[in-house]
Amino acid sequence: MERRAISTTTPRKPGRRNRAGWTPWLYLAPALVVLGGLLVYPIYQLGLISFFHYTQAQVSGGEPTTFEGFGNYSALFSDPEFWQVLLATVVFAAGCVVSTLAVGCALAVLLTRVRAVPRLALMLAALGAWATPAVTGSTVWLFLFDPDFGPVNRILGLGDHSWTYGRISAFFLVLLEVVWCSFPFVMVTVYAGIRAVPAEVLEAAALDGASQWRIWRSVLAPMLRPILTVVTIQSVIWDFKVFTQIYVMTNGGGIAGQNLVLNVYAYQQAFASSQYSLGSAIGVVMLLMLLAVTLVYLRLLRRQGEEL
Amino acid sequence: MNLVRAQLQRPWRLAAELSALLVAVVVAFPLYWMVLGAFKPAGEIESSEPRPWTLAPSLDSFRRVFGQQDFGRYFVNSLVVAGSVVIASALIAFLAAIAVTRFRFRFRTTLLIMFLVAQMVPVEALTIPLFFLMRDFDQLNTLGSLILPHIAFSLPFAIWMLRGFVKAVPDALEEAAYMDGASRARFLWQILFPLVFPGLVATSVFSFISAWNDFLFAKSFIISDTSQSTLPMALLVFFKPDEPDWGGVMAASTVMTIPVLVFFVLVQRRLVSGLGGAVKD
Repeated sequence: MERRAISTTTPRKPGRRNRAGWTPWLYLAPALVVLGGLLVYPIYQLGLISFFHYTQAQVSGGEPTTFEGFGNYSALFSDPEFWQVLLATVVFAAGCVVSTLAVGCALAVLLTRVRAVPRLALMLAALGAWATPAVTGSTVWLFLFDPDFGPVNRILGLGDHSWTYGRISAFFLVLLEVVWCSFPFVMVTVYAGIRAVPAEVLEAAALDGASQWRIWRSVLAPMLRPILTVVTIQSVIWDFKVFTQIYVMTNGGGIAGQNLVLNVYAYQQAFASSQYSLGSAIGVVMLLMLLAVTLVYLRLLRRQGEEL
Repeated sequence: MNLVRAQLQRPWRLAAELSALLVAVVVAFPLYWMVLGAFKPAGEIESSEPRPWTLAPSLDSFRRVFGQQDFGRYFVNSLVVAGSVVIASALIAFLAAIAVTRFRFRFRTTLLIMFLVAQMVPVEALTIPLFFLMRDFDQLNTLGSLILPHIAFSLPFAIWMLRGFVKAVPDALEEAAYMDGASRARFLWQILFPLVFPGLVATSVFSFISAWNDFLFAKSFIISDTSQSTLPMALLVFFKPDEPDWGGVMAASTVMTIPVLVFFVLVQRRLVSGLGGAVKD
């Protein structure tokens, strides 16, 4: 099954006959209308709001909105809390990405080494973790690590140690949950990729006396580079904007906001403090950072000679 | 691969299989604990000596969950939202994927890059403008306010993924269909659509999950009319930070997880092959 999907169909030029003018736009129309109205327009609005003074008084009090220029941004950039949250977001996301990729790739290799029954068991368990909604995953992991009733503290003999009290340990707990629910995507995709590598190549490497690690580093990893690029970029994007897990597991950003990440910070500013313009400015910062990641991705794709 | 495997000594393979099984147990444990917690009687779940089994399974927690006003309604709401998103985004993405693979036109590459970039937009950051948009169109507190944004956010990925599947259908097939006198509409719906269906399924998994799991929009847009709430909000009723009703939380979590699990297991094979296809292209 996996083999067939990855199989190397030679890329074809899209139907040259169909050069006809308006037809493609007709097919595209529904998509463009929806995306224009609910994606492009909101992005424009987000940018706009970030330049105005927009709080509860303007939203429901009917006070006139005033243009602030870069006022919200300078307020944001001079706030030490923003820099702290930004740093926490980057470090937390990096930790999640590295752990997810390491676990996912290691298990993908493991899957190729075992017979059908253990493979099926691991696949099913991983699919279960993958399918679990973020909200329920968060509550279940909290329950597992609950100081009073959770099994983990009993097994580790930690008494009633609270995982969500300390800043680092709370982030660590969220990281565990994020890795748990996002490694399956990496594992399944990389496994499909490995299965598509021709057997002869691996045999030749093994005959030449290459160690397992050497085969991975010098044969598999280079051949899997396009797939590894995709899963890395996807993980960066997902983990950079984790919201639900932080919100549910640390109860809205942790004690005194110690576990805030940008996404939750923006939400709290906008909907808890009614600082809609500040929240929007944070959103714009996030948008620009992810755009930068995307541009790197596009360059990588182009260098690999992908045809669009 | 066989030769490589033969060269691995037996003990190594056994060790690999044991660790695979061990990892499977660890990965599945949270789900087991969730279901177990849902069936444990109240005294056992809030005990300082948690046991990994129960001798007196009870349905009390489920009764509490379904006794909560309108829980069934939240469940239906969630199904309506996820179902509408899946169907609408699959159809719209199918048409768009045909446009970008079967035709050559100006701005085609630009458009593809835009779809790629659109996947990276942090949906959460758009909650603020979407909130005002929904308010201006009187859509706050309606299921539409959840359905519409999710269609928009699942489209770019769906189009990108379906592209590979549509591309894989040979042009010759299209020509043959026209030679036999089929109209374009007939070709699209009776030939292309069934061929691309596995891809649609793989794509649907992602749009289903993002819509079913949605927490942020439900929390932000459904503010006063709780009859329009969805499951994540209903679950959090039991989850008060200081005094969580763990039995209720686990039972509600179980109810919320099962539909997704069933969906996943059903499309599992297609998902793996679909992902392969998407990654390849």
